[in-house]
Amino acid sequence: MEVRTIEASAVTAAVKKLFMDCNYFIGQDIMEQLERALDIEDSPVAQSVLRQIIENDRIAAAEEIPLCQDTGMAVLFVEYGDKVCVQNGSFEDAVQQGVREAYEEGYLRKSVVSDPVFDRVNTRDNTPAVIHTKIVSGDRIRFTAGGKGFGSENMSAVKMLTPAYGVEGVKQFILDTVRAAGPNPCPPIVVGVGIGGTFERAAQLAKKATFRAIDTKNPDPRYAALEDELLESINQMGFGPAGLGGKTTALGVNIETSPTHIAGMPVAVNICCHAARHASAEI
Amino acid sequence: MAKKINLPITDEDIQTLRAGDSVLLSGTIITGRDAAHKRLYELIEQGKPLPVDVKGELIYYVGPAPAKPGYAVGPAGPTSSYRMDKFTPALLDLGLKGMIGKGARSQEVTDSIVKNKAVYFAAIGGAAALIAKSIKKEELLCYEDLGTEAVRRYTVEDFPCIVAIDCEGNNVYDR
Repeated sequence: MEVRTIEASAVTAAVKKLFMDCNYFIGQDIMEQLERALDIEDSPVAQSVLRQIIENDRIAAAEEIPLCQDTGMAVLFVEYGDKVCVQNGSFEDAVQQGVREAYEEGYLRKSVVSDPVFDRVNTRDNTPAVIHTKIVSGDRIRFTAGGKGFGSENMSAVKMLTPAYGVEGVKQFILDTVRAAGPNPCPPIVVGVGIGGTFERAAQLAKKATFRAIDTKNPDPRYAALEDELLESINQMGFGPAGLGGKTTALGVNIETSPTHIAGMPVAVNICCHAARHASAEI
Repeated sequence: MAKKINLPITDEDIQTLRAGDSVLLSGTIITGRDAAHKRLYELIEQGKPLPVDVKGELIYYVGPAPAKPGYAVGPAGPTSSYRMDKFTPALLDLGLKGMIGKGARSQEVTDSIVKNKAVYFAAIGGAAALIAKSIKKEELLCYEDLGTEAVRRYTVEDFPCIVAIDCEGNNVYDR
């Protein structure tokens, strides 16, 4: 078998660039929807909020500073080719080093504490990152990464629905979760939904869904239609930009699914603020 | 048209503000979020003096990103206010005049705002790079060990926010 070697330092450099880029440069998909929202809002408050968000995102990109002070907990989805061998260091250490360098050298906020309950002492370099690795065939490593802010993360939820709930139960849980979040998660939000798998797979899919560009659709037309229907229902709630009222509570709804058990229908809703930061790279 | 308010805010200013009003704040404010609130609250519970006098102040719920060289402060947008709900009435009872954050508050906080004739302002969440342009200077007050969560004094000029809960309890998030 042909093995491709990749230097650990190349992994570090790729990860470092991803986290700096995603914190400075908002995605074109988000910017387009913010501009579209500005066109359709008619309340002066909603328009003013959207104008400030757009101006903010332009300042951040132009000056290469974080667009939000919550530069997030670092999350990576990695597709690791089975013919890749990382040399001169471990893959895990190389990724964590990339996160460390991005947050230290990129003027990003260090928001991670070492122990969740008792000590809560800041690790001072924003590590450890949360890394989801999948081994795939091939000789490349693909990263999809994002800094996940916790104002919106705290508004997320998982529910173990059962098959009898059907699609109506799925819709109700998603809408209830968004309604309960209300003005708190920095609307207009991106709603990531994971359906199926097990308890933890549903949550992981929901996070993955928030990292998918909002100008893409689920490839299954039934789920694509559900994404559209949910977006419309959410935007009728009236929370609007910054929760101050308006037609734009969400910019997009992304659904990811997985096969599940005969007895179950897990649903996870991962809410992301308008600063929906994600970036991808392949080495 | 935004109302310009010079800080420290007066009782007369507070009485004229109504939920939904846009305001531009100029003067000084203090900062503090989860960890600092927890410490201040514990001192209040123990009847001990606070390392920072909150009387007459506005507190901004913020944990800024580091400042790049040449900048007075790093990006500094508001964090979600509800996490401070447990601690807020005790600070208002000590003479704090208002809070700047984002999102909904508990009924207990609203009641305390009315009782103490205070005000809750919302800044735009996620507009941190823009908001930082109105922060001209920062000074450490206490809890340096908390890093981004330390208590600082900001000098602000035309800091933009919206009255979210006024002194009569009207709430911009009610819908």
